[in-house]
Amino acid sequence: MADPADNSPNSGDNRPALALHVPEPKYRPGDPVDFSDIDIGKPGDQPRPDESAQPDDMQDLAYGLVRVLGDDDKAHGPWDPKLDPETLRTMLGHMAMVRAFDERMFRGQRQGKTSFYMKCTGEEATSVAASMALASDDMVFPSYRQQGILIARGYPMIEMINQIYSNKGDKLKGRQLPIMYSSREHSFFSISGNLATQTPQAVGWAMASAIKGDSRVAATWVGEGSTAEGDFHSACTFATVYNAPVILNVINNQWAISSFSGFAGAERTTFAARALGYGLAGLRVDGNDALACYAAEQWAANRARANAGPTLIEFFTYRAEGHSTSDDPSGYRSAQEREEWPLGDPIMRLKNHLIAIGEWDEDRQAEMDKECAEKVKATTKEAEKNGILGHGLHHPFHTMFEDVFEELPWHLEEQAEQATRERKIKWPDSHPKDGAGK
Amino acid sequence: MNAQTETAKPAEGETERRINMIEAINEALDIMLERDDDVIVMGEDVGYFGGVFRCTAGLQEKHGKTRVFDTPISECGIIGVAVGMGAYGLRPVPEIQFADYIYPGLDQLISEAARLRYRSACDYTAPLTVRSPFGGGIFGGQTHSQSPEAIFTHVAGLKTVIPSTPYDAKGLLISSIEDNDPVIFFEPKRIYNGPFSGYYDKPVEPWKKHKDSVVPEGYYKIPLGKARHVTEGDALTVLAYGTMVHVAEAVCREKGVDAEILDLRTLVPLDIEAIEASVRKTGRCLIVHEATRTSGFGAELSALVTERCFYHLEAPVERVTGFDTPYPHSLEWAYFPGPVRIGEAIDKILGE
Repeated sequence: MADPADNSPNSGDNRPALALHVPEPKYRPGDPVDFSDIDIGKPGDQPRPDESAQPDDMQDLAYGLVRVLGDDDKAHGPWDPKLDPETLRTMLGHMAMVRAFDERMFRGQRQGKTSFYMKCTGEEATSVAASMALASDDMVFPSYRQQGILIARGYPMIEMINQIYSNKGDKLKGRQLPIMYSSREHSFFSISGNLATQTPQAVGWAMASAIKGDSRVAATWVGEGSTAEGDFHSACTFATVYNAPVILNVINNQWAISSFSGFAGAERTTFAARALGYGLAGLRVDGNDALACYAAEQWAANRARANAGPTLIEFFTYRAEGHSTSDDPSGYRSAQEREEWPLGDPIMRLKNHLIAIGEWDEDRQAEMDKECAEKVKATTKEAEKNGILGHGLHHPFHTMFEDVFEELPWHLEEQAEQATRERKIKWPDSHPKDGAGK
Repeated sequence: MNAQTETAKPAEGETERRINMIEAINEALDIMLERDDDVIVMGEDVGYFGGVFRCTAGLQEKHGKTRVFDTPISECGIIGVAVGMGAYGLRPVPEIQFADYIYPGLDQLISEAARLRYRSACDYTAPLTVRSPFGGGIFGGQTHSQSPEAIFTHVAGLKTVIPSTPYDAKGLLISSIEDNDPVIFFEPKRIYNGPFSGYYDKPVEPWKKHKDSVVPEGYYKIPLGKARHVTEGDALTVLAYGTMVHVAEAVCREKGVDAEILDLRTLVPLDIEAIEASVRKTGRCLIVHEATRTSGFGAELSALVTERCFYHLEAPVERVTGFDTPYPHSLEWAYFPGPVRIGEAIDKILGE
């Protein structure tokens, strides 16, 4: 794999010159894309071991790809979770809602209603289907691209939009960057901007659950890029040392902003294979196959619940859009990648499956998409009554100083008084009731 | 005046009993493990072995392996899992073996523990108490002597607590564990076994001879955010914490200076009332800490005193600190802010 050295040393001896290998993605902007060398295996071919299997006995699953949905849109093999049609339609509905939500919020950012947004287009199954396999009170420690969990858990959409708009209805009081949600009621941990920090926290939560003899398990989501952080190593080590009831979900969407997965180590191995070095069960799963996502998470949850140990799951998927509203992927990758992606689109695949088994049709799909768009639109209008970013309807100034500590210490009291004093000078016309700006 | 002037005294019906700081810390942990099922003690070597400084000796045997246990050598892992345990509802007391090794855990402390309550608007909190031996004077060299308190006092959302006596160590540790905010609890390892005058060539006096080693056997608390008057005086105010409380006290006694020594005990939140009252009374202020000088906690103290007591000051505020170098091994006593450096500063402040 070594590249030839582009600098010749003048050391005067005849030993071969060393050469630094810097990974390079296969395709850059304008390149034609051919993904035919990616081995995606045949749906249904992968064995489903017992949930108490030893990691060593299931090594192949860390290198292969667990798949259920075939080109014929039917479910195949032992990983078919055999969900009833109603559950499948619910799953499809959640995924469609996530996509509609992403579309509208992205547009809202472009219209200046908020500062920032991140879509999860193409990855909806990895949050929606996976979290549907957990109990509603299993604790999740997500990254910033698992909005599907909140939708699947029935978190009120207006709360999501209030948070994105940082308005006076925002439960996080306008303190957090948009999409860094938190909901204790929905067992959804507070999202942090610092990558991978949630992974050892999930392990700690799972350890606590085990210490207390509870039956709840924890699951965390992390991108493949963030697996390079030291915290991920700590999480894997602690998970295996204490046999913590935890699931480490790695979303390998091929890209960490502009860096392809080779910069996280993907050129030489899989992310699921990392599990083996720690003694964790490792599964590599088609992340655009909602049934496979559900089945893998369910397998891992059963394993954790039975005290059989933690699991690392790599969901192999593709980040179909830019990293965020601040990113333009046409600057670093070929636009063709998305259309050539061999695992397709998770929503289309689940829809086609439901149609193939006679439980759905295009008309109902069109109706559902319309309903999703209308619900998001109506909820957005409702949320906008609470204000949008920078338009003055936010939480009162003194809330900025609250919750740093349980009680306000003297120095924050002094600073709160200062901010209030400044407000009268900066914005003399503000409405006293809402503590507003402008 | 808010500073506590009480000294150690046995509880009613108890006989006077003197213990060292290690025993006091061990008792605080033992009592809290007993009182609250959610308290968990963990860290490198703290379980079966009882800790490299013996602070957790006997606790695993008494409270069981799921309450007191050893961890992998991973400070970011130790703090990270503690944050997750806190989110569950436990009250973890992780130990970092030396403060010099707390840095791999900084992201978890600064980005996570300190901000969790704020960023989640109280959905989640991080009620952890990170215990860690700190400070020099023990030939610990570069990585067993540091005093990194200023790194933590600069972080919004963290409390920083430093005891200087066995009585305080027990009462402050119990308060820290019960506190719902994340607390960095630095234990001055130089004075684990006895107070230190700063005269490194004199034999160490054990705690048993010191009045503040009288420690009640049961549960008691010392409130966070309250300084302690070590001595009352009119000539100058000395602000110190940890080992330096004892060094400063020895120098003032020796020089016959009528100093008012305040042991800050908690750096954040700080007992500003006690500091202001004392400096307004004496008109002079000396700040003493082991940590390096530039941007050390002394700079914050100096700024606060100057801002709030300016018209009462009769001399510039002085700082006696470690030098702005990594902590040296062989030149330890040239580095340590001992009696000579403190004595000179006192003379300067008093205009002598």
